[in-house]
Amino acid sequence: MIITSPGRLSALALAAAFAVGACSGSASPSPAASTAPGASAAASPGLGGPAAPSGDVSLAGAGATFPGPLYQVWVEKYAAAHPNVKIDYQAIGSGGGIKNITAQTVAFGASDATMKDAEIAALPAGTKILHIPTALGAVVFIYNLPGVTELNLDGPTAADIFLGTIKKWNDPKIAALNSSATLPGADIVVVHRSDGSGTTNAFTTYLGAVSDGWKNGPGVGKEVNWPTGIGAKGNDGVAGGVKQTPGAIGYVELNYATQAALATAKLKNADGAFVAASVDGVTAAADASVATFPADFRAAPIINGAGAATYPIAAYTYLLVYADQKDQVKGQALVSFVYWALTDGQADEAGLGYAPLPKAVQDKALAELHTITSGGTPIWP
Amino acid sequence: MSATPGTLAGSRAPFAERLAAVRGSRRRVVDRVMRTVALAAALVCVLPLAAILLFVVIKGAAALNLDLLTKPPKALGTGGGALNAILGSLQMVAVAALVAVPVGILGGVYVSEFASRRSARAVRFAADVMVGVPSILIGIVAYTLLVVPFKQFNAAAGSVALALIMVPVIVRTTEEILRLVPHEIREAGLALGVPTWRVVLSVVLPAGRTGVLTGVMLAVARAAGETAPLLFTALGSRLVNVGQFGQPMDALPLFIYNGARQPIAALNDQAWGAALLLLLFVLGVNVAVRARSWGRRAG
Amino acid sequence: MTTLAPIGRLRGRTATRRADVVFRGSTRVFGGAVIATLGVVAAVLVVSSAPAWTRFGVDLITQTTWDPVRDVYGALPFIVGTLYAAAIALLIATPIGVLTAIFLSEFAPRRVAIPLTFTIELLAAIPSVVIGLWGIFVLSPFLRDTVDSWLIATLGWLPFFRGPSFGVGLGAAGVILAIMILPTIVSISREVLSSVPNSQREAMFGLGATRWEVAVKAVLPYARSGVVGAAILGLGRALGETMAVTMVIGNGQDIPVSIFDQAQTIASKIAVTFNEASGGFQTQSLVAIGLILLVMTLLLNVAARLLVSRAQRGPIR
Repeated sequence: MIITSPGRLSALALAAAFAVGACSGSASPSPAASTAPGASAAASPGLGGPAAPSGDVSLAGAGATFPGPLYQVWVEKYAAAHPNVKIDYQAIGSGGGIKNITAQTVAFGASDATMKDAEIAALPAGTKILHIPTALGAVVFIYNLPGVTELNLDGPTAADIFLGTIKKWNDPKIAALNSSATLPGADIVVVHRSDGSGTTNAFTTYLGAVSDGWKNGPGVGKEVNWPTGIGAKGNDGVAGGVKQTPGAIGYVELNYATQAALATAKLKNADGAFVAASVDGVTAAADASVATFPADFRAAPIINGAGAATYPIAAYTYLLVYADQKDQVKGQALVSFVYWALTDGQADEAGLGYAPLPKAVQDKALAELHTITSGGTPIWP
Repeated sequence: MSATPGTLAGSRAPFAERLAAVRGSRRRVVDRVMRTVALAAALVCVLPLAAILLFVVIKGAAALNLDLLTKPPKALGTGGGALNAILGSLQMVAVAALVAVPVGILGGVYVSEFASRRSARAVRFAADVMVGVPSILIGIVAYTLLVVPFKQFNAAAGSVALALIMVPVIVRTTEEILRLVPHEIREAGLALGVPTWRVVLSVVLPAGRTGVLTGVMLAVARAAGETAPLLFTALGSRLVNVGQFGQPMDALPLFIYNGARQPIAALNDQAWGAALLLLLFVLGVNVAVRARSWGRRAG
Repeated sequence: MTTLAPIGRLRGRTATRRADVVFRGSTRVFGGAVIATLGVVAAVLVVSSAPAWTRFGVDLITQTTWDPVRDVYGALPFIVGTLYAAAIALLIATPIGVLTAIFLSEFAPRRVAIPLTFTIELLAAIPSVVIGLWGIFVLSPFLRDTVDSWLIATLGWLPFFRGPSFGVGLGAAGVILAIMILPTIVSISREVLSSVPNSQREAMFGLGATRWEVAVKAVLPYARSGVVGAAILGLGRALGETMAVTMVIGNGQDIPVSIFDQAQTIASKIAVTFNEASGGFQTQSLVAIGLILLVMTLLLNVAARLLVSRAQRGPIR
C-alpha cells in the first residue's frame, strides 16, 4: 500500500509552482549566489579610503525617493567594483527611512528631512544616528497643461493652489504672473504625496515660509493634512500622477521631472527673478548657506536663499546610519560605500539632476565617517 | 399580479387559463424583456474580465522579452527586467506552500475525521473568518511578529504572511472533499486492523486527492497574486535574491505595484509585462483546476 | 446528504495505538492553529493599537483630522471612504449580480450556464494589483472622459455628482470594487437559487406562470436571505480590498461627498502610509483603524454566513 503523505502533495504543489515559472520562460533559479567565493573581489580602496570587506555582505537600505535614482546608479556602480557587497536600496519615502532605521529593520536609512528631536529621543537607548549628507536636490513644480510650455509661479500663488483656493488655471493670480501665456480655464488638479516624505517636508517648509495660510493651516512636515488633491506614493508616483492627468500640478525632485519629461514651472526667488530649477540654481543655494551648515548636520531645507541665480527650494538628502555598527563586517561595507558615494559618487550627481556637496560639507561628512565604530572601535580610523 | 401562489393553487385550471388570456400578452412581453435584461446583466459580468485580459495581453505581450525574464531592474529604467520579482514570487510562494499545505491538509483532516461536531464547527468558522480577514491586516501582523523583532525586512515573513492566507482555504476545501469520501472505505480499512493514521493517509486522503489538490492549487494561485501582505514584510528588492530568506525579496505583485506609478513609460511597460506573467500563472492554475470540475458538472 | 460519524469516533471501540494518538493529536494541533491564528491576528492589532486608543479614545473614529504634523489622528474620513466606496460597489454589483444569478439558474440552458459561471468565477481569480494596473491606465481615463462628464452634465446639481472628475477617485474605486465583488455575489446567489426545490417552480409553472414570474415570485422570495447574504459577503470583501482601491481612489484626505472626490479607505490608508509612518501614535493609530476594519469585516462575514447557510437549508425543514 502506497502511503500518500501531505509532504508529497506539497512537493507536487511546489513542482507545479516551479513548472509554471519555467513555462513562462524564466530561467530556473541558480544557486550561484550562495556559493560564490567570498574573497573574489579585491577591494580597491581609494587613497586613504576605508577598505571594503572581503567576504559576502548584504546591506538593505530604505528611505527617501528624492535621491532614489541617484542611489540606484551608485549602488550599481559600487557593486560593479565590489561584487561581494550586495546593496539593496528601496525608495519608499523619507518617513520610511527614519521609521526603519529607528526600528533597526534596515542597515541604513535615507531621508531628506532630518530627524526631529522627538524622533531622536525615540531611538533605542544608548544608540546614536548620524546624518550623513550625500547630495542636494531641488523641489520643482511639475505640471501637465498641453499647450503651456512656460509657467511662472511665486510662493503665495503656489500656496493658494495647494490650499485649494485657486481652482482654475486661468485664475487672475496665475494670469498676473504669466502675461505672455494663454492659460486654459481647466480645473487645477493638485497631486501631492500620500506617504511620509522628505520632499514634502522641503516643499511644505517653503509654502509655510511664503504663506501664513499654509503655516497656520496644513503646516510643515513629512506628511501633512492636505486640503485638496490626489495623493500619490513617492516622487515617482507624483510624477506618474501628473503625467496621467491633464490639468495636474505636483512637486518632485528635479530628476523626476527630467526623467518623465514633464514641464516645470519657474519659481520667483528671493531676488525677485523667475528661475527654472537647475543644478546650478541648487549649487548657488548651497554655496550661499554653507556657512550656516549646523554641527549636528541637521540642516533645514534651504528656502529662498540669497542670490539672483538661486533656486528657492533646495534640500540636502541624508543617509542615516548608526554611529556604532553592531555587525563589524556590515559596518565596514557601509563605511566603504558611503566613502565611495562622498568621493567618486559625487561625479554622478550633476548629470542626474542633483548638486554635489559643497567642499566644506563634504569634508565634514568624511570626518563624520571616521567616527563610525563597531563595538567601540573605529571602522575607519 | 396580486394573485398569490396560494390562491392560484386553490383554483382550477380553467381559471388559470382565463387569467393567462387576460394578462397573457403583457406578461409574455415582460417575461421576454426581463430575460433579455438578465442576459445583458450576465454579459456585463463578463465584460470586465474581457477588458482586463485584452489590455494585459496586448500591453503585456508588447513588453515581454528575454530581458524581462532574465535580468534584474536597472537604474533609471534603462533596460533590465523582472528577474528579481519572478524568482522572488516563486520562492516565497513555494515556501508558503511548504508551510501551509501540511498544516491546511492536516487541519482539514482534523475537522472531517476527528473533531467533535462542536470543534469542527469552531475550526470551520475560524477558517471562514480568516478567509475574510483583509490581507493588509495579515501584513501588519506579520510585520509586528516577524519583522520588528528580527530587525530586518525579510522574505520569510512574507512567506508566513502568504501561508496565513493559504491555510484557511486549504482547510476548508480539504474538509469539504473528505466529507464526500464514502464512509465504507474507512470502515473497510479499520476492519482489516489498519491503524487509523494509515487509513486516513493512505486511503481517505488519496480518495479525495483531486479535490484536495484543487484546493491547494487555488490557494497557491491566490497567494501568488497577493500584494498587501508583502508590503510590510518582504518589502521588495531590486536585487536577485535566491535562498536568502533573511533578506528583503521582490515579488511580481510588488513589481507591478511599483512599476504602475512610475512616470517612465518603459517602467509602466515592464509592469504590464509582469502582470501578463502573473496572470498566465494565476489564470492557468484556475482554468486547469476548475476545468476539471466544470467537466464533471457538465458530464 | 447523510452525515456519518467521523473516523475518530468509529475507532473509539478498539484499543488506541500510540501512532494514532500522535497522529490525531497533531491534526488537532493544526486544526487548533487556525483558531489560534485568528486569535493572534486580533491580539496583535489590539495590543499594538492600545496606546492610540488610550490617547485618543473615540476621537479616532469620530474626528475628521488626520494630522501627523500635530500628531492628532481622527479616521472618520477613511471610515466614510471605506463605506462610501463599498456602497457604490454594492449599488452597481447587486442588481447586476442577482440578475445574472437568475439568468444562470432560471433561464440559461446548461450548456450556456456552465461556461458562463466558470468565466465569471475566473474574474475573482485576477490579482487585485493587476486590476489596479488596469484601473489606473485604462478604466480611470475612460471614466473621466466619458461616463463622468456625462454624469456631471446631467446630475451635477446633486452634491454626490459635483465635478470635476480627475479619473481617479471614489467613483473609479467603486467601479473597481464592483468588478471584484461581482463574482462573489453571482456565484453565491446562483448556488442559493439553484438549491431552491423544483417543487416551488413546478407549482407556478403548472399555473401558466412565465419563467420571469416564477423566478421573481417563487424562487427569489424563497432564497431571499441567501441573496442578501451574498451581497453582504460581497460588502465584506469590498471593505477589506486593498491594492486595486489604493491605486485608483486618489488618496485624498477629506470626507468625500461627491463620487468624484479623492478619498482613502482604511485599507488603502494603511497600505500607503504604514511603512512610512513615524513610530508612536501615527503607527498605532493606523493599527487602530486596522482593528476597526477587522471588526467590521468579521461582523459582516458572520452575518452573511448565517444568512447563506440558512437559505441553503431552506425555510422548511
